[in-house]
Amino acid sequence: MLRAGCRAALPRRPPGSEGLKQTPLDALHRARGGRMVPFAGWTLPLHYGQGHLQSHLHTRRHCSLFDVSHMLQTLVYGRDRVRFMESLVVGDIAELKPGQGTLTLLTNERGGIMDDLIVTNTSEDHLYVVSNAACADKDLAILRDRAAQLQATGSDVHLEVSDNALLALQGPSMARVLQAGLSDDLAKLSFMNSITTTVFGVPGCRVTRCGYTGEDGVEISVPAARAVELAEQLLGVPDVWLAGLAARDSLRLEAGLCLYGNDIDETVTPAEAGLMWTLGKRRRVAMDFPGAAVIMAQVKEKPRRRRVGLTSVGPAIRPHMAILGPEGRPVGTVTSGCPSPCLGKNIAMGYVEAAHSRAGTELTVEVRKKQHPAVITKMPFVPTQYYMAK
Amino acid sequence: MAWRALRRVGPVLAPRCPRLPRLPLPPREPAARRLGTSSLLLAARKFTDKHEWISVENGIGTVGISNFAQEALGDVVYCSLPEVGTKLSKHDEFGALESVKAASELYSPLSGEVTEINAALADNPGLVNKSCYKDGWLIKMTVANPAELDELMTEDAYEKYIKSIED
Repeated sequence: MLRAGCRAALPRRPPGSEGLKQTPLDALHRARGGRMVPFAGWTLPLHYGQGHLQSHLHTRRHCSLFDVSHMLQTLVYGRDRVRFMESLVVGDIAELKPGQGTLTLLTNERGGIMDDLIVTNTSEDHLYVVSNAACADKDLAILRDRAAQLQATGSDVHLEVSDNALLALQGPSMARVLQAGLSDDLAKLSFMNSITTTVFGVPGCRVTRCGYTGEDGVEISVPAARAVELAEQLLGVPDVWLAGLAARDSLRLEAGLCLYGNDIDETVTPAEAGLMWTLGKRRRVAMDFPGAAVIMAQVKEKPRRRRVGLTSVGPAIRPHMAILGPEGRPVGTVTSGCPSPCLGKNIAMGYVEAAHSRAGTELTVEVRKKQHPAVITKMPFVPTQYYMAK
Repeated sequence: MAWRALRRVGPVLAPRCPRLPRLPLPPREPAARRLGTSSLLLAARKFTDKHEWISVENGIGTVGISNFAQEALGDVVYCSLPEVGTKLSKHDEFGALESVKAASELYSPLSGEVTEINAALADNPGLVNKSCYKDGWLIKMTVANPAELDELMTEDAYEKYIKSIED
Protein backbone atom coordinates (compact mmCIF):
# COMPACT_ATOMS: atom_id res chain seq x y z
CA MET A 1 0.00 0.00 0.00
CA LEU A 2 1.34 3.40 -0.92
CA ARG A 3 1.58 6.13 1.65
CA ALA A 4 1.28 9.02 -0.79
CA GLY A 5 -1.28 11.63 0.20
CA CYS A 6 -1.60 12.69 -3.41
CA ARG A 7 -3.36 9.45 -4.34
CA ALA A 8 -6.44 10.72 -2.57
CA ALA A 9 -6.57 13.65 -4.99
CA LEU A 10 -7.22 11.45 -8.00
CA PRO A 11 -10.76 10.40 -8.90
CA ARG A 12 -11.36 6.99 -7.40
CA ARG A 13 -12.75 5.47 -10.58
CA PRO A 14 -12.69 6.38 -14.24
CA PRO A 15 -15.94 8.22 -14.89
CA GLY A 16 -18.71 6.74 -17.01
CA SER A 17 -19.94 8.52 -20.10
CA GLU A 18 -22.10 10.87 -18.01
CA GLY A 19 -19.20 11.77 -15.72
CA LEU A 20 -20.49 9.44 -13.03
CA LYS A 21 -18.10 7.16 -11.19
CA GLN A 22 -18.49 3.40 -11.55
CA THR A 23 -17.88 0.81 -8.87
CA PRO A 24 -15.89 -2.37 -9.65
CA LEU A 25 -19.25 -4.20 -9.88
CA ASP A 26 -20.77 -1.94 -12.53
CA ALA A 27 -20.82 -4.55 -15.30
CA LEU A 28 -22.16 -7.18 -12.91
CA HIS A 29 -25.09 -4.94 -11.92
CA ARG A 30 -26.01 -4.29 -15.53
CA ALA A 31 -25.66 -7.95 -16.50
CA ARG A 32 -28.01 -8.93 -13.68
CA GLY A 33 -30.76 -6.48 -14.54
CA GLY A 34 -29.79 -3.61 -12.29
CA ARG A 35 -31.73 -0.42 -13.00
CA MET A 36 -28.89 2.11 -12.80
CA VAL A 37 -29.40 5.61 -11.42
CA PRO A 38 -27.07 8.47 -10.48
CA PHE A 39 -26.38 8.81 -6.76
CA ALA A 40 -23.85 11.08 -5.07
CA GLY A 41 -21.76 11.23 -8.24
CA TRP A 42 -21.86 7.47 -8.84
CA THR A 43 -23.93 5.21 -11.05
CA LEU A 44 -25.56 2.57 -8.86
CA PRO A 45 -28.39 0.05 -9.07
CA LEU A 46 -31.73 1.20 -7.69
CA HIS A 47 -33.21 -2.28 -7.83
CA TYR A 48 -33.09 -5.45 -9.93
CA GLY A 49 -35.69 -7.64 -11.66
CA GLN A 50 -37.54 -8.74 -8.53
CA GLY A 51 -38.43 -5.17 -7.66
CA HIS A 52 -38.11 -3.11 -4.52
CA LEU A 53 -40.69 -4.80 -2.29
CA GLN A 54 -39.49 -8.37 -2.83
CA SER A 55 -35.88 -7.29 -2.40
CA HIS A 56 -36.65 -5.59 0.90
CA LEU A 57 -38.56 -8.59 2.26
CA HIS A 58 -35.90 -11.01 1.05
CA THR A 59 -33.30 -9.14 3.10
CA ARG A 60 -35.31 -9.59 6.28
CA ARG A 61 -36.07 -13.25 5.59
CA HIS A 62 -32.86 -14.45 3.94
CA CYS A 63 -29.94 -12.30 2.85
CA SER A 64 -29.12 -9.58 0.34
CA LEU A 65 -25.87 -8.32 -1.18
CA PHE A 66 -25.47 -4.55 -1.61
CA ASP A 67 -22.66 -2.81 -3.48
CA VAL A 68 -21.78 0.11 -1.21
CA SER A 69 -18.42 0.87 -2.82
CA HIS A 70 -19.48 4.47 -3.28
CA MET A 71 -18.93 5.14 0.41
CA LEU A 72 -15.63 6.75 1.35
CA GLN A 73 -13.14 4.40 3.01
CA THR A 74 -10.21 6.16 4.62
CA LEU A 75 -7.25 4.66 6.50
CA VAL A 76 -5.58 6.78 9.16
CA TYR A 77 -1.96 5.87 10.00
CA GLY A 78 0.52 7.29 12.48
CA ARG A 79 1.27 7.38 16.16
CA ASP A 80 -1.11 10.35 16.65
CA ARG A 81 -4.00 8.92 14.68
CA VAL A 82 -6.35 8.66 17.69
CA ARG A 83 -5.67 12.23 18.80
CA PHE A 84 -6.21 13.31 15.21
CA MET A 85 -9.54 11.49 14.98
CA GLU A 86 -10.79 12.69 18.36
CA SER A 87 -10.12 16.29 17.34
CA LEU A 88 -12.84 15.89 14.72
CA VAL A 89 -15.45 13.49 16.14
CA VAL A 90 -17.50 13.20 19.33
CA GLY A 91 -16.72 9.58 20.26
CA ASP A 92 -14.29 7.91 22.68
CA ILE A 93 -11.90 6.60 20.02
CA ALA A 94 -9.03 5.90 22.46
CA GLU A 95 -11.18 3.39 24.35
CA LEU A 96 -11.92 1.25 21.28
CA LYS A 97 -10.46 -2.23 21.74
CA PRO A 98 -8.42 -3.71 18.87
CA GLY A 99 -10.92 -4.68 16.19
CA GLN A 100 -13.71 -2.60 17.69
CA GLY A 101 -15.54 0.15 15.85
CA THR A 102 -18.18 2.72 16.68
CA LEU A 103 -20.68 4.96 14.93
CA THR A 104 -19.65 8.55 15.56
CA LEU A 105 -20.27 12.07 14.27
CA LEU A 106 -18.09 14.74 12.69
CA THR A 107 -19.27 18.03 14.18
CA ASN A 108 -18.57 21.70 13.47
CA GLU A 109 -18.01 24.67 15.78
CA ARG A 110 -21.76 25.38 15.89
CA GLY A 111 -22.48 21.85 17.10
CA GLY A 112 -23.93 20.84 13.74
CA ILE A 113 -23.42 17.35 12.33
CA MET A 114 -21.06 17.31 9.33
CA ASP A 115 -21.39 13.56 8.72
CA ASP A 116 -22.07 10.30 10.49
CA LEU A 117 -19.38 7.66 10.09
CA ILE A 118 -17.95 4.45 11.49
CA VAL A 119 -14.45 4.56 12.97
CA THR A 120 -12.76 1.22 13.68
CA ASN A 121 -9.61 0.69 15.72
CA THR A 122 -8.05 -2.05 13.61
CA SER A 123 -5.65 -4.55 15.15
CA GLU A 124 -3.21 -3.37 12.51
CA ASP A 125 -1.59 0.02 12.67
CA HIS A 126 -4.42 2.20 11.48
CA LEU A 127 -7.95 3.47 12.02
CA TYR A 128 -10.46 2.41 9.36
CA VAL A 129 -13.07 5.05 8.63
CA VAL A 130 -16.21 4.64 6.50
CA SER A 131 -18.26 7.76 5.72
CA ASN A 132 -21.04 8.85 3.37
CA ALA A 133 -20.52 9.12 -0.37
CA ALA A 134 -22.48 12.36 -0.51
CA CYS A 135 -20.03 13.89 1.98
CA ALA A 136 -16.86 12.44 0.46
CA ASP A 137 -15.34 15.69 -0.78
CA LYS A 138 -16.33 17.53 2.38
CA ASP A 139 -15.01 14.79 4.67
CA LEU A 140 -11.72 14.46 2.81
CA ALA A 141 -11.17 18.20 3.03
CA ILE A 142 -11.83 18.16 6.78
CA LEU A 143 -9.57 15.17 7.34
CA ARG A 144 -6.76 16.49 5.14
CA ASP A 145 -6.83 19.99 6.62
CA ARG A 146 -6.63 18.68 10.16
CA ALA A 147 -3.87 16.21 9.21
CA ALA A 148 -1.86 19.04 7.63
CA GLN A 149 -2.35 21.18 10.76
CA LEU A 150 -1.11 18.40 13.03
CA GLN A 151 1.78 17.47 10.74
CA ALA A 152 2.89 21.12 10.79
CA THR A 153 3.30 20.88 14.57
CA GLY A 154 5.26 17.64 14.32
CA SER A 155 2.46 15.09 14.80
CA ASP A 156 2.63 11.72 13.10
CA VAL A 157 -0.54 11.14 11.06
CA HIS A 158 -1.08 10.09 7.43
CA LEU A 159 -4.24 9.49 5.44
CA GLU A 160 -4.90 7.07 2.64
CA VAL A 161 -8.09 6.68 0.65
CA SER A 162 -8.84 3.02 0.00
CA ASP A 163 -9.63 1.86 -3.52
CA ASN A 164 -11.34 -1.27 -2.23
CA ALA A 165 -14.84 -2.21 -3.16
CA LEU A 166 -17.27 -2.46 -0.24
CA LEU A 167 -19.91 -5.21 -0.23
CA ALA A 168 -22.65 -5.39 2.40
CA LEU A 169 -24.16 -8.81 3.09
CA GLN A 170 -27.22 -8.40 5.30
CA GLY A 171 -29.91 -10.69 6.68
CA PRO A 172 -30.52 -13.68 8.96
CA SER A 173 -28.79 -16.10 6.52
CA MET A 174 -25.65 -13.98 6.33
CA ALA A 175 -23.71 -15.92 8.99
CA ARG A 176 -24.42 -19.29 7.37
CA VAL A 177 -23.59 -18.00 3.89
CA LEU A 178 -20.39 -16.25 4.92
CA GLN A 179 -19.09 -18.92 7.31
CA ALA A 180 -18.75 -21.30 4.37
CA GLY A 181 -16.06 -18.98 2.98
CA LEU A 182 -14.23 -18.11 6.22
CA SER A 183 -11.82 -19.99 8.41
CA ASP A 184 -12.49 -17.55 11.26
CA ASP A 185 -15.41 -18.40 13.53
CA LEU A 186 -18.14 -15.86 12.87
CA ALA A 187 -19.76 -16.77 16.18
CA LYS A 188 -16.90 -14.92 17.85
CA LEU A 189 -17.35 -11.72 15.83
CA SER A 190 -19.74 -9.32 17.56
CA PHE A 191 -21.65 -6.37 16.15
CA MET A 192 -19.29 -3.45 15.40
CA ASN A 193 -16.19 -5.62 15.39
CA SER A 194 -13.84 -6.15 12.49
CA ILE A 195 -11.20 -8.61 11.25
CA THR A 196 -8.90 -8.85 8.25
CA THR A 197 -9.05 -12.25 6.63
CA THR A 198 -9.50 -14.34 3.48
CA VAL A 199 -13.06 -14.58 2.23
CA PHE A 200 -13.94 -17.28 -0.32
CA GLY A 201 -10.30 -17.43 -1.38
CA VAL A 202 -9.81 -13.66 -1.64
CA PRO A 203 -7.12 -12.52 0.83
CA GLY A 204 -6.81 -9.11 2.44
CA CYS A 205 -10.54 -8.53 3.03
CA ARG A 206 -11.74 -6.52 6.03
CA VAL A 207 -14.96 -7.99 7.42
CA THR A 208 -16.89 -5.74 9.82
CA ARG A 209 -20.05 -6.91 11.49
CA CYS A 210 -22.20 -3.85 10.85
CA GLY A 211 -24.62 -2.49 8.32
CA TYR A 212 -27.48 -0.20 7.44
CA THR A 213 -30.46 -2.55 7.53
CA GLY A 214 -30.98 -3.46 11.19
CA GLU A 215 -30.28 -7.11 10.33
CA ASP A 216 -27.28 -9.19 11.34
CA GLY A 217 -24.86 -8.32 8.57
CA VAL A 218 -21.32 -7.57 7.50
CA GLU A 219 -19.57 -5.07 5.29
CA ILE A 220 -16.66 -6.58 3.39
CA SER A 221 -13.92 -4.28 2.15
CA VAL A 222 -12.36 -6.23 -0.73
CA PRO A 223 -9.52 -5.36 -3.15
CA ALA A 224 -11.15 -3.91 -6.26
CA ALA A 225 -9.51 -6.39 -8.63
CA ARG A 226 -11.22 -9.32 -6.92
CA ALA A 227 -14.53 -7.73 -5.96
CA VAL A 228 -16.50 -9.27 -8.82
CA GLU A 229 -15.07 -12.70 -8.01
CA LEU A 230 -16.16 -12.40 -4.37
CA ALA A 231 -19.60 -11.05 -5.31
CA GLU A 232 -20.15 -13.93 -7.71
CA GLN A 233 -19.14 -16.46 -5.04
CA LEU A 234 -21.69 -14.96 -2.68
CA LEU A 235 -24.36 -14.77 -5.36
CA GLY A 236 -23.72 -18.43 -6.13
CA VAL A 237 -25.62 -19.26 -2.93
CA PRO A 238 -29.34 -19.32 -3.89
CA ASP A 239 -30.32 -17.58 -0.67
CA VAL A 240 -28.39 -14.46 -1.65
CA TRP A 241 -30.06 -11.84 -3.86
CA LEU A 242 -28.61 -8.57 -5.07
CA ALA A 243 -30.29 -5.50 -3.58
CA GLY A 244 -30.04 -1.84 -4.57
CA LEU A 245 -30.49 1.69 -3.25
CA ALA A 246 -34.28 1.46 -3.05
CA ALA A 247 -34.30 -1.46 -0.62
CA ARG A 248 -31.34 0.05 1.24
CA ASP A 249 -33.41 3.12 2.06
CA SER A 250 -36.61 1.37 3.14
CA LEU A 251 -34.63 -1.12 5.27
CA ARG A 252 -32.65 1.55 7.11
CA LEU A 253 -35.80 3.57 7.83
CA GLU A 254 -37.53 0.53 9.34
CA ALA A 255 -34.39 0.12 11.49
CA GLY A 256 -34.62 3.72 12.67
CA LEU A 257 -31.27 4.69 11.11
CA CYS A 258 -30.65 8.26 9.97
CA LEU A 259 -29.87 9.23 6.40
CA TYR A 260 -27.36 12.10 6.28
CA GLY A 261 -28.79 14.94 4.27
CA ASN A 262 -32.36 14.03 5.23
CA ASP A 263 -32.55 13.26 8.95
CA ILE A 264 -29.29 14.84 10.04
CA ASP A 265 -27.25 17.67 8.56
CA GLU A 266 -25.19 20.68 9.55
CA THR A 267 -28.25 22.51 10.92
CA VAL A 268 -28.94 19.80 13.50
CA THR A 269 -27.04 18.99 16.71
CA PRO A 270 -26.60 15.51 18.19
CA ALA A 271 -28.89 16.57 21.05
CA GLU A 272 -31.75 17.47 18.70
CA ALA A 273 -31.11 14.37 16.62
CA GLY A 274 -31.30 12.01 19.59
CA LEU A 275 -27.74 10.86 18.91
CA MET A 276 -26.20 11.79 22.25
CA TRP A 277 -25.30 8.13 22.74
CA THR A 278 -22.50 8.66 20.18
CA LEU A 279 -20.81 11.11 22.54
CA GLY A 280 -18.11 9.44 24.58
CA LYS A 281 -18.37 9.60 28.39
CA ARG A 282 -14.89 11.03 28.62
CA ARG A 283 -15.50 13.48 25.77
CA ARG A 284 -18.61 14.97 27.38
CA VAL A 285 -16.61 15.89 30.44
CA ALA A 286 -13.53 17.04 28.53
CA MET A 287 -15.69 19.01 26.04
CA ASP A 288 -12.84 18.55 23.55
CA PHE A 289 -14.76 18.09 20.31
CA PRO A 290 -16.01 20.71 17.82
CA GLY A 291 -19.20 22.44 19.02
CA ALA A 292 -18.96 20.94 22.52
CA ALA A 293 -20.16 24.12 24.28
CA VAL A 294 -23.27 24.41 22.09
CA ILE A 295 -24.13 20.72 22.29
CA MET A 296 -23.65 20.33 26.04
CA ALA A 297 -25.64 23.51 26.71
CA GLN A 298 -28.51 22.03 24.72
CA VAL A 299 -28.31 18.81 26.68
CA LYS A 300 -28.56 20.80 29.91
CA GLU A 301 -31.50 22.98 28.82
CA LYS A 302 -33.14 20.25 26.73
CA PRO A 303 -33.27 20.75 22.97
CA ARG A 304 -36.21 22.75 21.65
CA ARG A 305 -36.94 20.27 18.88
CA ARG A 306 -36.35 16.52 18.70
CA ARG A 307 -36.10 13.84 16.04
CA VAL A 308 -38.99 11.39 16.31
CA GLY A 309 -40.50 8.43 14.55
CA LEU A 310 -44.06 8.53 13.18
CA THR A 311 -46.47 5.91 11.95
CA SER A 312 -49.71 6.33 10.03
CA VAL A 313 -52.08 4.56 7.64
CA GLY A 314 -53.41 5.80 4.31
CA PRO A 315 -51.20 7.82 1.97
CA ALA A 316 -47.51 7.72 2.88
CA ILE A 317 -45.72 10.42 4.84
CA ARG A 318 -42.85 11.81 2.79
CA PRO A 319 -39.97 14.27 3.35
CA HIS A 320 -40.81 17.98 3.72
CA MET A 321 -44.46 17.37 4.70
CA ALA A 322 -45.67 19.55 7.58
CA ILE A 323 -46.41 17.98 10.96
CA LEU A 324 -49.28 19.70 12.75
CA GLY A 325 -50.04 19.84 16.46
CA PRO A 326 -53.32 19.69 18.35
CA GLU A 327 -54.54 23.14 17.22
CA GLY A 328 -53.57 22.47 13.63
CA ARG A 329 -50.47 24.64 14.02
CA PRO A 330 -47.25 23.41 12.35
CA VAL A 331 -44.99 21.89 15.03
CA GLY A 332 -42.49 20.12 12.82
CA THR A 333 -41.38 18.69 9.47
CA VAL A 334 -40.92 15.21 8.06
CA THR A 335 -37.34 14.35 7.01
CA SER A 336 -37.77 10.75 5.79
CA GLY A 337 -40.76 8.55 5.11
CA CYS A 338 -42.10 5.60 3.18
CA PRO A 339 -44.63 2.77 3.38
CA SER A 340 -43.03 0.03 5.50
CA PRO A 341 -42.95 -3.24 3.55
CA CYS A 342 -42.73 -5.25 6.79
CA LEU A 343 -45.35 -3.43 8.83
CA GLY A 344 -47.94 -2.68 6.17
CA LYS A 345 -48.28 0.90 7.41
CA ASN A 346 -46.41 4.14 6.86
CA ILE A 347 -43.29 5.07 8.82
CA ALA A 348 -41.41 8.34 8.93
CA MET A 349 -38.81 10.40 10.76
CA GLY A 350 -39.04 14.09 11.41
CA TYR A 351 -38.38 16.86 13.90
CA VAL A 352 -41.08 18.22 16.18
CA GLU A 353 -41.18 20.79 18.97
CA ALA A 354 -40.03 19.11 22.18
CA ALA A 355 -43.41 19.60 23.88
CA HIS A 356 -45.06 17.32 21.31
CA SER A 357 -42.31 14.72 21.01
CA ARG A 358 -43.28 12.03 23.48
CA ALA A 359 -44.03 8.52 22.14
CA GLY A 360 -47.78 8.05 21.72
CA THR A 361 -48.48 11.72 20.95
CA GLU A 362 -51.12 12.02 18.24
CA LEU A 363 -50.42 14.60 15.58
CA THR A 364 -51.46 15.10 11.99
CA VAL A 365 -49.37 15.25 8.83
CA GLU A 366 -50.36 17.27 5.76
CA VAL A 367 -50.30 14.94 2.73
CA ARG A 368 -51.21 16.64 -0.56
CA LYS A 369 -53.31 19.30 1.16
CA LYS A 370 -55.24 16.82 3.37
CA GLN A 371 -54.49 16.17 7.04
CA HIS A 372 -53.98 12.60 8.16
CA PRO A 373 -53.45 11.36 11.72
CA ALA A 374 -50.00 10.12 12.71
CA VAL A 375 -48.61 8.82 16.01
CA ILE A 376 -45.16 9.42 17.45
CA THR A 377 -43.56 6.00 17.61
CA LYS A 378 -40.36 4.72 19.18
CA MET A 379 -37.69 3.51 16.80
CA PRO A 380 -36.62 1.10 15.47
CA PHE A 381 -39.96 0.41 13.81
CA VAL A 382 -38.88 -3.17 13.09
CA PRO A 383 -36.79 -4.88 15.84
CA THR A 384 -33.09 -5.04 15.06
CA GLN A 385 -31.10 -8.28 15.02
CA TYR A 386 -27.58 -7.22 15.87
CA TYR A 387 -25.37 -10.14 16.89
CA MET A 388 -23.45 -10.31 20.19
CA ALA A 389 -21.01 -13.15 20.76
CA LYS A 390 -21.62 -15.02 24.02
CA MET B 1 -69.08 -6.28 -37.60
CA ALA B 2 -66.52 -8.58 -36.12
CA TRP B 3 -63.83 -7.22 -38.44
CA ARG B 4 -64.60 -3.69 -37.39
CA ALA B 5 -64.67 -4.67 -33.74
CA LEU B 6 -61.24 -6.28 -34.15
CA ARG B 7 -59.86 -3.12 -35.70
CA ARG B 8 -61.10 -1.03 -32.84
CA VAL B 9 -59.83 -3.52 -30.26
CA GLY B 10 -56.38 -3.50 -31.91
CA PRO B 11 -54.79 -0.53 -30.18
CA VAL B 12 -56.08 -1.81 -26.81
CA LEU B 13 -53.33 -4.46 -26.74
CA ALA B 14 -50.27 -2.39 -25.99
CA PRO B 15 -47.09 -4.16 -27.18
CA ARG B 16 -45.22 -3.20 -23.99
CA CYS B 17 -47.67 -4.71 -21.55
CA PRO B 18 -45.98 -7.89 -20.36
CA ARG B 19 -49.08 -9.99 -19.72
CA LEU B 20 -51.14 -9.74 -22.90
CA PRO B 21 -50.26 -11.77 -26.00
CA ARG B 22 -49.74 -10.09 -29.34
CA LEU B 23 -52.56 -11.15 -31.66
CA PRO B 24 -52.09 -10.95 -35.41
CA LEU B 25 -54.08 -7.82 -36.32
CA PRO B 26 -55.13 -6.19 -39.54
CA PRO B 27 -53.27 -2.96 -40.37
CA ARG B 28 -54.71 -0.11 -38.34
CA GLU B 29 -56.08 3.11 -39.66
CA PRO B 30 -55.15 6.16 -37.65
CA ALA B 31 -57.69 6.25 -34.83
CA ALA B 32 -58.68 9.85 -35.50
CA ARG B 33 -60.09 9.00 -38.90
CA ARG B 34 -62.32 6.23 -37.55
CA LEU B 35 -63.81 8.31 -34.77
CA GLY B 36 -66.01 11.28 -35.05
CA THR B 37 -66.25 13.36 -31.90
CA SER B 38 -69.72 11.95 -31.41
CA SER B 39 -68.61 8.31 -31.57
CA LEU B 40 -68.21 7.11 -28.01
CA LEU B 41 -69.37 3.56 -28.56
CA LEU B 42 -65.94 1.97 -28.29
CA ALA B 43 -63.01 4.31 -28.66
CA ALA B 44 -59.36 3.39 -28.99
CA ARG B 45 -57.23 3.87 -25.92
CA LYS B 46 -55.76 7.38 -25.79
CA PHE B 47 -52.86 8.63 -23.71
CA THR B 48 -51.86 11.79 -21.88
CA ASP B 49 -48.34 13.16 -21.66
CA LYS B 50 -48.52 12.34 -17.95
CA HIS B 51 -48.87 8.64 -18.77
CA GLU B 52 -52.52 8.11 -17.98
CA TRP B 53 -54.69 6.28 -20.51
CA ILE B 54 -58.42 6.49 -21.08
CA SER B 55 -60.66 4.16 -23.03
CA VAL B 56 -64.25 5.21 -23.64
CA GLU B 57 -67.13 2.75 -24.06
CA ASN B 58 -70.78 3.78 -24.24
CA GLY B 59 -69.98 7.23 -22.96
CA ILE B 60 -68.01 6.02 -19.92
CA GLY B 61 -64.22 6.41 -19.83
CA THR B 62 -62.01 3.94 -17.98
CA VAL B 63 -58.77 5.49 -16.75
CA GLY B 64 -55.45 3.90 -15.80
CA ILE B 65 -51.70 4.42 -16.05
CA SER B 66 -49.48 3.15 -18.84
CA ASN B 67 -46.97 0.33 -18.65
CA PHE B 68 -44.18 2.90 -18.90
CA ALA B 69 -45.59 4.63 -15.82
CA GLN B 70 -46.07 1.50 -13.72
CA GLU B 71 -42.52 0.38 -14.45
CA ALA B 72 -41.10 3.75 -13.47
CA LEU B 73 -43.20 3.93 -10.32
CA GLY B 74 -42.30 0.50 -8.95
CA ASP B 75 -44.48 -1.71 -6.77
CA VAL B 76 -47.66 0.20 -5.95
CA VAL B 77 -48.61 -0.17 -2.28
CA TYR B 78 -51.45 2.33 -1.93
CA CYS B 79 -53.93 4.08 -4.22
CA SER B 80 -55.50 7.43 -3.30
CA LEU B 81 -58.61 7.71 -5.46
CA PRO B 82 -61.46 10.27 -5.52
CA GLU B 83 -64.99 9.66 -4.36
CA VAL B 84 -67.72 8.67 -6.77
CA GLY B 85 -69.48 11.82 -7.89
CA THR B 86 -66.34 13.97 -7.93
CA LYS B 87 -66.43 16.38 -10.85
CA LEU B 88 -63.12 16.68 -12.65
CA SER B 89 -61.85 19.08 -15.27
CA LYS B 90 -59.22 17.93 -17.74
CA HIS B 91 -55.77 18.11 -16.05
CA ASP B 92 -57.24 18.13 -12.50
CA GLU B 93 -55.28 16.11 -9.98
CA PHE B 94 -57.63 13.28 -8.96
CA GLY B 95 -55.45 11.14 -6.75
CA ALA B 96 -52.06 9.51 -6.32
CA LEU B 97 -50.34 6.16 -6.46
CA GLU B 98 -47.81 5.33 -3.78
CA SER B 99 -44.88 3.02 -4.29
CA VAL B 100 -42.43 2.39 -1.46
CA LYS B 101 -40.04 4.93 -2.91
CA ALA B 102 -42.34 7.75 -4.13
CA ALA B 103 -45.85 9.05 -4.67
CA SER B 104 -47.09 9.96 -8.14
CA GLU B 105 -50.06 12.27 -8.65
CA LEU B 106 -52.77 11.31 -11.14
CA TYR B 107 -54.21 13.86 -13.56
CA SER B 108 -57.59 13.59 -15.25
CA PRO B 109 -57.32 13.03 -19.02
CA LEU B 110 -60.76 14.53 -19.64
CA SER B 111 -63.52 16.54 -17.97
CA GLY B 112 -66.30 14.49 -16.43
CA GLU B 113 -67.73 12.96 -13.28
CA VAL B 114 -66.33 9.94 -11.46
CA THR B 115 -68.82 7.05 -11.69
CA GLU B 116 -66.81 4.20 -10.22
CA ILE B 117 -63.47 3.48 -8.59
CA ASN B 118 -61.67 0.14 -8.73
CA ALA B 119 -62.46 -1.41 -5.34
CA ALA B 120 -60.03 -4.29 -5.96
CA LEU B 121 -57.10 -1.90 -5.52
CA ALA B 122 -57.73 -1.37 -1.81
CA ASP B 123 -56.59 -4.90 -0.98
CA ASN B 124 -54.51 -5.48 -4.07
CA PRO B 125 -52.75 -2.29 -5.18
CA GLY B 126 -50.19 -4.40 -7.06
CA LEU B 127 -52.82 -4.93 -9.78
CA VAL B 128 -51.71 -1.56 -11.15
CA ASN B 129 -48.31 -3.11 -11.89
CA LYS B 130 -49.46 -6.58 -12.91
CA SER B 131 -52.30 -5.49 -15.18
CA CYS B 132 -52.10 -1.76 -15.87
CA TYR B 133 -54.44 -1.87 -18.88
CA LYS B 134 -57.01 -4.29 -17.52
CA ASP B 135 -57.50 -5.31 -13.87
CA GLY B 136 -55.44 -2.37 -12.64
CA TRP B 137 -57.83 0.31 -13.95
CA LEU B 138 -58.25 3.23 -11.54
CA ILE B 139 -61.52 5.11 -12.13
CA LYS B 140 -64.42 5.29 -14.52
CA MET B 141 -65.87 8.66 -15.47
CA THR B 142 -68.42 10.32 -17.73
CA VAL B 143 -67.12 12.27 -20.74
CA ALA B 144 -68.44 15.80 -20.45
CA ASN B 145 -66.68 17.07 -23.57
CA PRO B 146 -65.93 14.39 -26.20
CA ALA B 147 -63.81 16.85 -28.21
CA GLU B 148 -61.19 16.60 -25.47
CA LEU B 149 -60.53 13.00 -26.58
CA ASP B 150 -59.08 14.29 -29.84
CA GLU B 151 -56.46 16.26 -27.91
CA LEU B 152 -54.99 13.07 -26.45
CA MET B 153 -52.28 10.92 -28.04
CA THR B 154 -53.00 7.74 -29.94
CA GLU B 155 -51.05 4.71 -28.87
CA ASP B 156 -48.56 5.18 -31.71
CA ALA B 157 -48.02 8.81 -30.80
CA TYR B 158 -47.59 7.84 -27.16
CA GLU B 159 -44.99 5.20 -28.06
CA LYS B 160 -43.03 7.85 -29.95
CA TYR B 161 -43.42 10.24 -27.03
CA ILE B 162 -41.97 7.69 -24.58
CA LYS B 163 -39.00 7.07 -26.85
CA SER B 164 -38.31 10.78 -27.02
CA ILE B 165 -38.26 11.23 -23.27
CA GLU B 166 -36.33 8.06 -22.51
CA ASP B 167 -33.19 9.44 -24.18
